[in-house]
Amino acid sequence: MFSFVLQRLLQSVVVALVLSIVLFVGVWLIGNPADILISSEASEADRLAAITALGLDKPLWQQYLTFLGNAAQGDWGYSFVYKEPVVSILLQRLPASLELGIVAFFIAIAVSVPAGLYSGLRPGSPLGRGLMAFSLIGVSIPTFWQGMLLIVAFGIALPILPVGDRGQVATHLGITSSLWTLDGWSHIVMPAFSLALLKMSLLMRVTRAATMEIVRLDFVKFAYAKGVRSRKVVVGHILRNALVPLITVTGIELGNLLAYGVITETVFSWPGLGKLLINSIKVLDRPLIVAQLTYTALLFIGINFIVDILHMAIDPRIKSVMGRRTA
Amino acid sequence: MTAPFFRVDNLNTWFFTRQGVIKSVRDISFELSRGEVLGIVGESGSGKSVTGMSIMGQIDEPGRIVSGSIALDGEELTTLGFEEMRHYRGKRIAMVFQNPLMTLNPLMRVRDQMYEAIGEHENISRKDMHDRCIEALKAVGIPSPDERLNAYPHEMSGGMRQRVVIAIALLLGPDMIIADEPTTALDVTIQAQIIYHIRRLIDEHGLGMIWITHDLSTLSELADRIMVMYAGATMEIGTTEEIIGAARHPYTRKLLDSVPSRNVPGRKLKQIPGNMPSLLALGKGCPFASRCDRATDICSEPVPAIQLSATHHIWCYHPFED
Repeated sequence: MFSFVLQRLLQSVVVALVLSIVLFVGVWLIGNPADILISSEASEADRLAAITALGLDKPLWQQYLTFLGNAAQGDWGYSFVYKEPVVSILLQRLPASLELGIVAFFIAIAVSVPAGLYSGLRPGSPLGRGLMAFSLIGVSIPTFWQGMLLIVAFGIALPILPVGDRGQVATHLGITSSLWTLDGWSHIVMPAFSLALLKMSLLMRVTRAATMEIVRLDFVKFAYAKGVRSRKVVVGHILRNALVPLITVTGIELGNLLAYGVITETVFSWPGLGKLLINSIKVLDRPLIVAQLTYTALLFIGINFIVDILHMAIDPRIKSVMGRRTA
Repeated sequence: MTAPFFRVDNLNTWFFTRQGVIKSVRDISFELSRGEVLGIVGESGSGKSVTGMSIMGQIDEPGRIVSGSIALDGEELTTLGFEEMRHYRGKRIAMVFQNPLMTLNPLMRVRDQMYEAIGEHENISRKDMHDRCIEALKAVGIPSPDERLNAYPHEMSGGMRQRVVIAIALLLGPDMIIADEPTTALDVTIQAQIIYHIRRLIDEHGLGMIWITHDLSTLSELADRIMVMYAGATMEIGTTEEIIGAARHPYTRKLLDSVPSRNVPGRKLKQIPGNMPSLLALGKGCPFASRCDRATDICSEPVPAIQLSATHHIWCYHPFED
């Protein structure tokens, strides 16, 4: 168990390093920041001085090592545009994105798992068919459009929910979040639901497909043949086995929710990371782009790591395969 | 052998699909006594497994028991709901499935799967559960049962897993066990060991057993009586001697002829020409008529049962005479 975790952790670090190289080279390819940062009227001497000050005259690999060294110490440089440390800009925006993503994630899970399970167990029933129709609509409607529909419905036609911004925030346990206030919740419900809708539908279909596949298997019939009550068969045998594929998809979707809320954040004017990334790409704010892409990459690496650990905790067969490989 | 404690009368289990009604089981009747093994033999699609699942009350949509009676010690089972039937499943009628690699939940330890079976029917301490599990595992010849209790299914061989499944079936001291091709997926030596243990358990505990298979040669060693099914209907039923040694139905004869060990080595195996008729389009006559070389026009009429002895019945207009 421990050796597996350690091994997976090492793999994650290697992946992170490779990604950072790809990222660094990729950003270097998209353009020379000196052209944007330094006024075209500056003298050649000033220009060279600025380039030297920014370290842009050094070879690429040296620039990369400097970047890596600084990054490891928490120094991600200054934003070219905001003239502020990149880390502090990210930390300002991050809580908004995280809280939106996490609330959306829980809405998606809370709806999709029971709904998918039900429609997998009773695929022919009216409710089962209805849920499938709902999920088909959910995966088909573009996010920006259903977001605007929601605003029209619950913000304007039936004005019960506020539109735009995070609402009141409060700080508890060192975390500043709108989830601590009622006003914050009223602001987050609609964008979170909008963000969750696609994932909800997707996860519902995954759960349903896994359930339908597992129900047919002999061990489910055998569990019933032992006289186990239906509720226990569904939770202890069917759902438990459905979790194996479900966790994989859920992990990827959680990453997507936390990293790519751009459209929803734009539609609902949510002050999160999504808009920041688009803006920094527009103005080639290199440190900010690199930091955000690194955050996204690390997020996915971290989620995949957790997914693997969960898999191993649920499915004993994985452990034995890994044990054989390391032995 | 005592009087029958279990009876099936005129059982009909049909599946209502979009393509039409599939009459998987038609007018099946048989009885079972304590200490007796009834073999049900037939090719795939003959309705033998559906008969087993009907008894368990585990027919999935769109199928259901249309008519007939299933009675255990005089108690009617067909009128019970799925959850009411739960108290009989495992407790009084246990089931063993064909593929031991698929019968156990891959994510649960053997112990938890055994405890679960007991816990659903009896309220006893974990210590008692443990003792009973060890006893059941020993009864099916599992060495070091304590270790096996801790194991996951994938850590055991197919034969070992099937023993665990049989041990689970025995846990609550059922009146009868339905075994659906329990040794088909195992190799011959393991098969022989398992049959040995089962025979011993039947004799020791006075269990009734329904052994569903397509393999007549296993049945000849194990069964007391054999029922031959074809396309959802009974063709012939009798004691093992009557079926193996003195079969009168043309289908049973053909089935016996196709058993490899009864053929001359080196000679091509005898097959039954043709295919089983579609269960969607069965006439009222004998379903085997289309493949039978003794068939005449009358075979398309409903076939009455002919009683040849107290135990031997056939459904045929043109049985063999000897």
